[in-house]
Amino acid sequence: MSNDVYVVGTDMIKFGRFPERSVPELGAQAALMALDDCGLTIQDCQAVYSGNLFEASGGVGQRILREIGQTGVPVVNVANACATGATAFREGWMAIKAGVYDIVLCVGSEQMGSGLLGGGGGSKGIPTEGLLGSGTMPSVFAHVGLEHTRQYGTTFEQFAKVSVKNHHHSTLNPKAMYQKETPLEEVMGAEMISYPNTKLMCSVNVDGSAAAVLCSEKKAKELGLMGRAVKVRASALTSDPYTPRNIAMMDFNAVTRLAAKTAYEMAGLGPDEVDLIELHDCFATAELVHYENLGLCKDGEAGQLIDTGATSLGGRIPVNVSGGLLSKGHPLGATGIANIYEITTHLRGEAGNRQVDGARIGLTHVVGAGSACAVHILEKA
Amino acid sequence: MSAALKPEPTTKGAVPFLVVPKDGAAPYLAGSKCGKCGEVVAGTRLTCGKCGARAGMAHVKLGSTGTLYNFTVVYRNFPGVPVPFISAIVDVDGGGTLKGNLLGVEPDPAKIRFDLPVNIVIRPVPQKDKDGNSYLAYFFEPRA
Repeated sequence: MSNDVYVVGTDMIKFGRFPERSVPELGAQAALMALDDCGLTIQDCQAVYSGNLFEASGGVGQRILREIGQTGVPVVNVANACATGATAFREGWMAIKAGVYDIVLCVGSEQMGSGLLGGGGGSKGIPTEGLLGSGTMPSVFAHVGLEHTRQYGTTFEQFAKVSVKNHHHSTLNPKAMYQKETPLEEVMGAEMISYPNTKLMCSVNVDGSAAAVLCSEKKAKELGLMGRAVKVRASALTSDPYTPRNIAMMDFNAVTRLAAKTAYEMAGLGPDEVDLIELHDCFATAELVHYENLGLCKDGEAGQLIDTGATSLGGRIPVNVSGGLLSKGHPLGATGIANIYEITTHLRGEAGNRQVDGARIGLTHVVGAGSACAVHILEKA
Repeated sequence: MSAALKPEPTTKGAVPFLVVPKDGAAPYLAGSKCGKCGEVVAGTRLTCGKCGARAGMAHVKLGSTGTLYNFTVVYRNFPGVPVPFISAIVDVDGGGTLKGNLLGVEPDPAKIRFDLPVNIVIRPVPQKDKDGNSYLAYFFEPRA
């Protein structure tokens, strides 16, 4: 018997703003939905991996169990920037891979509030935001985009097209925060936050949760769960390797390239064999650079790739069919598992109007400031 | 009598690697140079992030000129932060990379060019902290 690991149950709540609810309540809801998806209960789970960033010190995983059943199992609370949910998922995967458990529950949850993320200084001395450049996330990812412009001449319009595409995709996803078309002129004409990212090119701050039940092959067969099971072909996690500018300008490219390379090698396949991708479009500028980081096109061709529509639903390699972080929303700790949910749903052929026809292999990618990157490759069993 | 224990306000760097010497010498930006691979980075490091060698990270002064590697124009920020401004990434001549504000150029993406040669200048800023300390920050200006 192999020690392959399968996603047997997964779900996410509709992303939105739920100020009256608590993070554990949100996480508990997704956990119960994922358990229901495979007909298991919390009594079946031997460990829980909980991803949450903003309440990382608060034992969110244990508080989720207070909502759904305190079975006494080990709980691991994970925080790893925007890779938080994916890291929780990976920890669960590793535990089964190692043969320690047969069934684990992975949950990601986050309550975001509103406003800009990031910014410099403040804890000691004087705030440096606006004095020594900008550390806000729209600015950090504006730098990422303009570096691509510097190298390849990528235009404001090409970046904006990412947002048009992902907002269009979200009209097909009832669990996305927004279901609203945003024509190119509307995206480009929206309030400029940090050039070239307008307001409609920034991900949506939402509350949300997603969960996945992972199972060993042996147990999945015993329980008769292989019919809708999705195999984890690869799980890669990286931190940013040294690059000369990364202290002043966070490098989301090198960390992603390393994760992608590791994942493709582990899966024994290349980007040409991937049928759909959920990647980290925290800002429109980010999606374009990740086309190249994930090997969807050659270096310098990302602008052309969005122009040709290859990454739209129906194109050669659909990207962020869920609506992505730009329109589905980005609850940091939940995002990584929500991506797993989206890919799993397509591989099962259950994605409804946004189904990528004949999808067999899908890839998820998240990268967080700091930097941390996680890439997972999934395959229908 | 606690007021008497409060230290006299002083002048500090807005970031730890902007060093204001106590002897009145000119303030400067501090970097570290690896004794093995020679890589230079802004700030202090225990060992070299590039090669990991423990050959020692020498305290060096960063250069005062550089070139504009990258920028963005920031139009929306936190309350109280004046906008628009240019957030710039500058490769320092002699090693190291800094993020800071580019002054003396209109904050219009169409009017900013990559590879612009800049001077790196250190100046007092209006901001003070709650203890009344004054601060110096560094800025980039187009080099004539």
